[in-house]
Amino acid sequence: MMPEDGVVVRMKGIVKRFPGVVANAGVDLEVRRGEVHALLGENGAGKTTLMNILYGIYHPDEGEIWVNGKRVTIRSPQDAIRLGIGMIHQQFRLVQTHTVVENIILGLKEAFFFPDRPARRRILELSEHYGMKIDPEARIWQLSAGEQQRVEILKVLYRGANILILDEPTSMLTPAETHDLLRTLRRMAKQGQTVIFITHKLEEVIEVSDRVTVMRQGKVAATLNTSETNPRQLAQLMVGRDVLFRLEKKPIQPGEVVLDVSGLNVLNDKGLPAVCDLALQVRAGQILGVAGVSGNGQRELVEAIAGLRPVVGGRIAVNGRDVTRLLPRARIESGIGFVPGERWMALVPSMSVAENLILKNYVRSPIGRGIWLDRRAIAVYADALINQFAILTPDRHTPLKKLSGGNIQRALLAREMSEKPSLLIVAQPTSGLDVGATETIWQMLLAERERGTAILLISDDLKEVLSLSDRVAVIFEGQIMGEFLAEQADLEQISLMMAGALRLSDANVVGEAA
Amino acid sequence: MKAPHIRFERRLSSPPGLQVVALIVALLLAMITVGIIFYFLGVNPFVAFQRIFRGGFGSLFGLQETVTKSIPLMLAGVGLTLAFRGRMYNIGAEGQLLMGAVFATGVIRIVPDWPSYLLIPAMFLSGFLGGMVWAFFPAILKARFRVDEVLTSLMLVYVAGELVRFLVYGPWRGTDTRGFPITDEFPLASHIPTLAGTRIHYPTWLLAVLLAVMIYVLLTRTKIGYEIRVTGENPEAARYAGMNYQRVALLVMLISGGLAGLAGTGEVAGIHFRLRPPEAISPGYGFTAIIVAWLARLNPLAAILTSFLLGGLLVGGDAIQIALNLPAATVQIFNGVILLFVIAADLFAQYKIRLEV
Repeated sequence: MMPEDGVVVRMKGIVKRFPGVVANAGVDLEVRRGEVHALLGENGAGKTTLMNILYGIYHPDEGEIWVNGKRVTIRSPQDAIRLGIGMIHQQFRLVQTHTVVENIILGLKEAFFFPDRPARRRILELSEHYGMKIDPEARIWQLSAGEQQRVEILKVLYRGANILILDEPTSMLTPAETHDLLRTLRRMAKQGQTVIFITHKLEEVIEVSDRVTVMRQGKVAATLNTSETNPRQLAQLMVGRDVLFRLEKKPIQPGEVVLDVSGLNVLNDKGLPAVCDLALQVRAGQILGVAGVSGNGQRELVEAIAGLRPVVGGRIAVNGRDVTRLLPRARIESGIGFVPGERWMALVPSMSVAENLILKNYVRSPIGRGIWLDRRAIAVYADALINQFAILTPDRHTPLKKLSGGNIQRALLAREMSEKPSLLIVAQPTSGLDVGATETIWQMLLAERERGTAILLISDDLKEVLSLSDRVAVIFEGQIMGEFLAEQADLEQISLMMAGALRLSDANVVGEAA
Repeated sequence: MKAPHIRFERRLSSPPGLQVVALIVALLLAMITVGIIFYFLGVNPFVAFQRIFRGGFGSLFGLQETVTKSIPLMLAGVGLTLAFRGRMYNIGAEGQLLMGAVFATGVIRIVPDWPSYLLIPAMFLSGFLGGMVWAFFPAILKARFRVDEVLTSLMLVYVAGELVRFLVYGPWRGTDTRGFPITDEFPLASHIPTLAGTRIHYPTWLLAVLLAVMIYVLLTRTKIGYEIRVTGENPEAARYAGMNYQRVALLVMLISGGLAGLAGTGEVAGIHFRLRPPEAISPGYGFTAIIVAWLARLNPLAAILTSFLLGGLLVGGDAIQIALNLPAATVQIFNGVILLFVIAADLFAQYKIRLEV
């Protein structure tokens, strides 16, 4: 039975408190049948908490939930599934060595023998119905992120869900996969499914949603028809203030060559070539952005420069000094700062903010004295960084993992910058961060550029590369396909290079820096 | 119809108060479980626990014995807190303890005539070295070739045991032992002094407490301690920061082995005054020390207390063995059950657990 107004989910006055935070402070949400409803907000705005409540993972402290016109209490995901609500989490929860069918029926009470036969038929039906191509017999580890996500969606549909919650579904996808996903979501809505789409990416909201609810600091800022709004308004609602979209970059005359990579060859974890005869240079006060589809050797490149991955061939020089064979510690001493794309490899989440801030300089005075750590010096240094970089934390003793994503990244950047590196390698600096945090991180990077640091920026986000960089290089299968000044960037050319369909010969490399 | 099931929800933070409560609950549950075992062995559990408690803590003699047994537990347990903090799962403290005993005995054989003030320190140094040597093999295999240290350190326990057996049955068997597999009694100068009328070799106890404090300071106040903690919490971050994994891995293994070696030295030079077969030297102190470290939540200072607690349990266990005619394995069961519940308590402290119907 469908109520007249077509509202399938109504959440009223939802309050959820966690120790020290109010994640949801009286949230009202209405989702209509057959719409794609975007839930937009910065990290920590309470989107995921709200949806975890709807999915029965958390229990609201106050408030009511109505599904299909009936007041319900959702105690667990099982309850939610019985009500037709399914959730696709940001991190996939699949058994890598099992097949698609096995994953989809895992945990269901199917026939004991050969449970997969009817299941296979049903899965093929579903995938055809919604235009999601998948091989039911493929093993999960053989699938790309986009395909794995399809499995997750099918898993939910297979359980009979007609209200789908997707938590930041595009964060792991390539642009092409994102495009496919958004098309699938539209198709599902057209066929009567209701889709709730958690995101902090404005373009996706505009592209895919019918209506959008913007959350800010645990409250609803507004619910709008997507056709009647625009990115600028949404961004303002999200952060509650005007956001600079265009970066003001001071013109800087690039200085000496700081990073000089030539003929570099590096292997990936499987022992296959990931970086092939790669050459690039970054000068002081210059940001070189490396654009490319993820998995084309970016990670191996930066890890090789930071000394965390052996170099098979070629040479890496910093300030004219060959560092190819140096250990990580010596690279740090030679002036390399590194913010890896996998943030957690550079942080100790369970340790305090202060102990994370000293991870690089604990060896030296004033923090390290002889064999000792100077606790007073740590306090002074940590508090100074927390203030200078406006890291939001109760105090320096707080475990790092309790901070928001933006503040964790700010702390990481603060640490690397406070080392006054001559070369700063930054990979995916704003992935998973909201608009406000992204802007701060960008400002930090531009300030560092003005200080005269050579910055090597790696990002899957093309817009980020183009707006921050002075020069842009496009990487494909471990090779640089071309390099040009950022303001001369031609999007069509770049996408061809990213796909490996175009390679600028050395002769027509444009705008060689002085 | 749906069966009730249990769901785990990760806590955002694990308050220290809760951890203590979880620990106490774990101990209570362990007691209930062991109580059931007592019941099936035909013993009234309440009587048994009363006897254990009285045996370990309820009399002056019991307390003296408890302190005596807490000495090797503290030494080995403190070492293990360090190793576990650095994510080196040294399970072989028992073997390192035995090698400490062997190396200490070796000093007697080489310089039996040294005066006390030289001989005792020499034995401790040598015992430390013995434990270190035995920890070195798993340490280097792990640091260099990523060989699982749990397996290697555990297997070396049995090698050490056989070596001790070989020595006391063979080349080191004493001349006036009437055929018993033991060495001759050590010269008097080598005997660690005891509190009058007890078996408490207090210099070893003081040494253990001192080392607990030193290890605590090492972990919290020094650069290498910081490196150990970072390596233990996130080895990738340690590598990223340019820390030397091999150095950390070797250091924590060698120190923990050395401390177990000191425990072995204390036993032969403070209690037995001879080298004897392995089961006579240690009723599994090296294994019980794992519980000491874990119960202390890997805090070396807390290990001073937990070693006392488990020492009492060993003494109480001996008491019920005799008084209630229970098998010797009873205490080991008790120990095992405690470890199981304490590790389970960690889970409860970190996750909310909800029963759903």
